[in-house]
Amino acid sequence: MQSQATYDYKVVRQFAIMTVVWGIVGMLVGVIVAAQLVWPELNVHEYLHFGRLRPLHTNAVIFAFGGSALFATSFYVVQRTCHTRLFAPGLAAFVFWGWQLIIVAAAVTLPLGFTTGKEYAELEWPIDIAIAVVWVAYAIVFFGTLAIRKVSHIYVANWFYGAFIIAVALLHIVNSAEVPVSFTTLKSYSAYAGTQDAMVQWWYGHNAVGFFLTAGFLGMMYYFVPKQANRPVYSYRLSVVHFWALIFTYMWAGPHHLHYTALPSWTQSVGMLFSLILLAPSWGGMINGIMTLSGAWHKLRTDPILKFLVTSLSFYGMSTFEGPMMSVKTVNSLSHYTDWTVGHVHSGALGWVALVSIGAIYFLLPRLYGKTEMYSVKLINTHFWIATIGIVLYVASMWIAGVMQGLYWRAFDVDGTLTYTFVEGVKKSYPFWTIRLVGGALFLVGMLIMFYNMLKTIAGQRAYDAPIVVPAAAHA
Amino acid sequence: MESLYLLIPLSVVLVFIIGILFWWSLRNGQFDDLEGPAYRLLLDDQDEPAEARTEARPVKTDTSCNDLQ
Repeated sequence: MQSQATYDYKVVRQFAIMTVVWGIVGMLVGVIVAAQLVWPELNVHEYLHFGRLRPLHTNAVIFAFGGSALFATSFYVVQRTCHTRLFAPGLAAFVFWGWQLIIVAAAVTLPLGFTTGKEYAELEWPIDIAIAVVWVAYAIVFFGTLAIRKVSHIYVANWFYGAFIIAVALLHIVNSAEVPVSFTTLKSYSAYAGTQDAMVQWWYGHNAVGFFLTAGFLGMMYYFVPKQANRPVYSYRLSVVHFWALIFTYMWAGPHHLHYTALPSWTQSVGMLFSLILLAPSWGGMINGIMTLSGAWHKLRTDPILKFLVTSLSFYGMSTFEGPMMSVKTVNSLSHYTDWTVGHVHSGALGWVALVSIGAIYFLLPRLYGKTEMYSVKLINTHFWIATIGIVLYVASMWIAGVMQGLYWRAFDVDGTLTYTFVEGVKKSYPFWTIRLVGGALFLVGMLIMFYNMLKTIAGQRAYDAPIVVPAAAHA
Repeated sequence: MESLYLLIPLSVVLVFIIGILFWWSLRNGQFDDLEGPAYRLLLDDQDEPAEARTEARPVKTDTSCNDLQ
């Protein structure tokens, strides 16, 4: 049933390349803000101040780097597993250019100080509207492609991508409900006030982690791990259970970001309970991914792409264990507001999200240009080790600094006064912030190696769109 | 805590929507074969550039996927 029709890889190519580019930009800003903590004199200008650059870093790595990786892989996976071209390719092109425009708008407005002040939702109202429009276009392309699929079964990866798309739309629209007050200063006020606003914000914030940074990347994992290992997923049955368990429970975990605040205590406890429950589906998925290699472990020795993918699952397992533990109120009383949280986030962001994305992009790039592998497999291996050492340095230093800060802040003298001033904890943190800077810089170096490898792979190659093959058993 | 009057109903509505989707997928036969799709995923690259196909196909150890042939 060979047909001449080909898959639509153009938008996949565009997003795959921009994943690497935005990864470098976002991580460079991360290294700069890490350096500003070590050397405060690097806060040279109001536009380049830590407070302005930090949201630029988070937005760039999450939405520009992570977002591009999700767009690239979801557009690839949905076509391949549905054995059909993209629905509305024109709209897909709009998604690409719209998303790039949003990223540029963020990179301009955030340093200039236009911000809503809501973490991971800092962008002001005109950009919020643009995000909603592009996102709806994305949903139409993705679900339209699902609708015109040539096989009856919807592969599990598409379920994860689909949940991610719907949830992010809902989260973004509810949390970004705001009243614009000015066109010239882009100023708006949130539709919610006080604790209400905090609750909505962290309902959004945690589900951004749960659906943007987890569900979407799990979709990626369920396609690229089996493909790269050339093994069927350990248990397809478990992957289906994993999906439904995860999406039924994730929505409720947000209040753990507001432990010991003005939020009612029972709400905090509910958030903590659901966070603990989340350990089960998370580890089910992690084990499912890693066990896909059972019987093929030897491939890890020679295949650096598989190293990226499997290590990402190890970090996913670690951070989804650490997260529920940190949501326990007694643990949180030590960890909250310390660098432990920063370490936890980066264990998930660098270890899970970035490694799985990098592995998937290394898988994609040669295939998008009619090649069988990257220009240099050796450089992928180098990238893997530099990145992994970087993450270990980053996470371990933040663990030590975080626990130390927590212990400094809660130490009391017998007469009930604080044993240490705040600045003493800051002073003690400097060596660990330096180690963190080294770790982050190593990770950035890895991305630069990837960029070089990507250029060499693409150079002189023509864009390649694979022909669509509809399996004979498709309609069984 | 007025925001909970928004968030809790929203989450409950969502759970119902998820429930309906689950019901649809069950009725639609999405879960009738929970082995085959994992193998079928690996068979979709018959169209890769010729060199990409050199690696041997996975050995099928599970008899339940004989219907793939």
